[in-house]
Amino acid sequence: MSARLRWRKFISNFMLTMTGVCAMASVAVLFFILGYLVFNGGASINWDFFTKLPKPVGENGGGMANAIVGSAKLLAAASLFGVPIGFFGGIYLAEFSGAKMAWVVRYAADLLNGVPSIVVGIFAYSIVVLPFKQLSTFPGAYALGLMMIPITLRSTEEFLNGVPRMLREGAMALGASKWKTIASVIVPAAYRGILTAILLALARVAGEAAPLLFTAFGNRYWSPGWNQPTASLPEMIFRYAGAPYEDWHRQAWAAGLVLLGFILIINILARTILARGIAMPRS
Amino acid sequence: MQASPNQGISVNVAASAASGTRENIATMPMRMKISKLNFYYGSKQILFDISMGIADKRVTALIGPSGCGKSTLLRTLNRMHETVSSSRLEGEILLDQQNILAQDVTALRRRVGMVFQRPNPFPKSIFDNVAYGPKINGMKGSIAETVEKSLRHAALWEEVKDHLHKSAYELSGGQQQRLCIARALAVEPEVLLLDEPCSALDPISTAKIEELLVELKSLTTIAIVTHNMQQAARVSDFTAFLLTGQMIEFSPTPQLFTTPGDPRTEAYITGRFG
Amino acid sequence: MQSAGPIAGSRSFLSRLRDGDEIARLITFIFAASVVLITVLLVYELWTNSTLPRHKFGWHFFVTESWDPVMDEYGALPFVYGTLMTSAIALLIAIPLGIGASIFLAELAPPRISDTLQFFIDLLAAVPSVIYGLLGIFIIVPLMRTVIYPALNKPFGFLPIFKGPSYGVGFLTAGMVLAIMVIPYIISVSREVLLSVPRDQREAALALGSTRWESTWKVVVPFAKTGIMGSVFLALARALGETMAVTMVIGNTPKIAASLFAPGYSIAAVIANEFTEATGDLYLQSLIGLGLVLFLLTFILNGMARLLIVVTTQKGSGVAR
Repeated sequence: MSARLRWRKFISNFMLTMTGVCAMASVAVLFFILGYLVFNGGASINWDFFTKLPKPVGENGGGMANAIVGSAKLLAAASLFGVPIGFFGGIYLAEFSGAKMAWVVRYAADLLNGVPSIVVGIFAYSIVVLPFKQLSTFPGAYALGLMMIPITLRSTEEFLNGVPRMLREGAMALGASKWKTIASVIVPAAYRGILTAILLALARVAGEAAPLLFTAFGNRYWSPGWNQPTASLPEMIFRYAGAPYEDWHRQAWAAGLVLLGFILIINILARTILARGIAMPRS
Repeated sequence: MQASPNQGISVNVAASAASGTRENIATMPMRMKISKLNFYYGSKQILFDISMGIADKRVTALIGPSGCGKSTLLRTLNRMHETVSSSRLEGEILLDQQNILAQDVTALRRRVGMVFQRPNPFPKSIFDNVAYGPKINGMKGSIAETVEKSLRHAALWEEVKDHLHKSAYELSGGQQQRLCIARALAVEPEVLLLDEPCSALDPISTAKIEELLVELKSLTTIAIVTHNMQQAARVSDFTAFLLTGQMIEFSPTPQLFTTPGDPRTEAYITGRFG
Repeated sequence: MQSAGPIAGSRSFLSRLRDGDEIARLITFIFAASVVLITVLLVYELWTNSTLPRHKFGWHFFVTESWDPVMDEYGALPFVYGTLMTSAIALLIAIPLGIGASIFLAELAPPRISDTLQFFIDLLAAVPSVIYGLLGIFIIVPLMRTVIYPALNKPFGFLPIFKGPSYGVGFLTAGMVLAIMVIPYIISVSREVLLSVPRDQREAALALGSTRWESTWKVVVPFAKTGIMGSVFLALARALGETMAVTMVIGNTPKIAASLFAPGYSIAAVIANEFTEATGDLYLQSLIGLGLVLFLLTFILNGMARLLIVVTTQKGSGVAR
């Protein structure tokens, strides 16, 4: 073997090994993050964390019960707003729409999807906070709901389109009207995929803090109803991490672990279901 | 192919018999020699006990019905089968009396080149496509001269000499395939393998390439897989007929097409199946 | 009227109405149209709620360096600078790592391993920004102070980019955190694009006597070049809009500085920090104006990214004519 060939082979092996290193390093980051959170936050996850309110500034102890409930309320309301729009809009795209309108809707959804979350927050602020002059749960949920629309819309369309023609035509041949076919045959066939997509959308907005900073804003106490500012896990992590109190840092780690755990579990569940293939009748 | 059972393909064989002499496999120098080759994808055996030779500075054709393993066999000759991880090979393949399986594969592939079924030029200019091989192999001499020489050998020079820096994708299908031939020739291979090179081309381009092959054999040994028997009869000096992974017959082309030794060969060339 | 069904359009309007199809169509249309409406409204609101600074400053808004709430003078320059600077640093780090990793996943790793690793990379993309910020504050900031800054400043401190003191936060820190956040986007898109390159491209290169690296780097990657560039644009769009993690480690200083170690500010960060404290309409609208700028930047980048990615994956399916 000539020296030149030896050198080329050496470079080849070296560079290919380096790509492996890059890949491993990237994946390792995930485990590093998890490990670090467990290490720093694991001990602080106790009953107090889930049930107690934050203590006054400077005092140690307390928990994030209000933030957990706040996040739950925000997510519930966001889903109530965003999912129907995405779902029914997706049905329109897959079942009723012409090509031009479909293009416009899809383009709008992609555009909305690409808007930075803080800008979505600005929009929610100008639409809801400004007129009512009140920071509260409502605009926060609105902002998060907006962010759920594009994923829900595209996934609904995709999974509905994936239902085999035979299923569709079979039902219509029996005389079922279009909407009955959709409701009783097509949607049930596609529901698992759509559901997992909604879960993924939920997981994505669960971690968002930026759009909440000037909508839901934050609250060291309970937030009754929907018209008060409310705490949420991501927002608490942000505030606690940047503060000078050690005890708050400890709690931020715990909150981070809970939040990330929640998000990762949903992601893993949803992606595994999707990967295994939704049980759709294959002809 | 509606020939009757007792007829050979008379017209075409006459043409090739006129251009070449009736050569003898026993006495021909073989550039490559395959002995007792068995090939598997995973647990499935594709090739069974193949033994044959690729004659030096001649054209050898591999023919047979789809799925007979002729492309698989061709690809072992430059160890391209190794790109599939489940492939396994037993037996010996010699190039100039040296076992290619024991050599460095990168060095081997420079000596045994390949042209593929569909033209696959790189997303580069015409010039850079042909220059790729010489450049990475660090060949001596002027790259521009090598490129011109190779394009001439591939009968493409006149058509592209003023457009060398245009993208290869602007050429027609037939031109792209000749470009791929030029690209393969640029590294001065000892053997050139062609895997159904004309199957994606129109008849005119096919004819051009067939002419080319007959001329190229003085430059380099050629092995070609083809599903077109007429093509094999037109261009090749030796033909091997494969059926379900077995070598049924390997003879000088005129002999195989006029007096096939095996009834299965005869059945295939008279169009009873395939 | 078009419809996806095979026999629609042939029944009378009244019979369709009776079956509820028209109503269903109308209802779903309203939902779909509302998506378009919301998007249009978003742009409209951004525009109309930032008229004050537009009228007062005009184009000067983009070149003014001062950001002075007291004097009511607002310029976007420090934030645009910070946004671009941190994103540039992020890309400089993320592109080689991301492309390298995607090459491994697409060309070298067996399919099952490649899919598994990609799964983990997708999970990495799901980690929320605040958590990256958390790790940024408690891991990268100390790392910067104790290891990276001394390593670069002591020998190279005369260079403008390495000059000055470090407080741990700053452009470089934010850039590093951003890099980790955008790598998954580069990897997943590049991997898909590389996988779509026809295999006979690689085989042709190998058949000419290339080493595996040569066939990958000189043939396969160039073939996928446009798509890979698309992934970079996507990553850039993500980096520009990234708020929480950057806010937590950038230093919140509206100043332009050449040094990587200097504290700075980004568009998203200043909006996050000052929005609720903005007194006066001009202040608030200037912040919203910044939001509009951010929106436009990401809009353009995302559009270009989509184009590039679509072009490449289509190229793989039909090359020779």
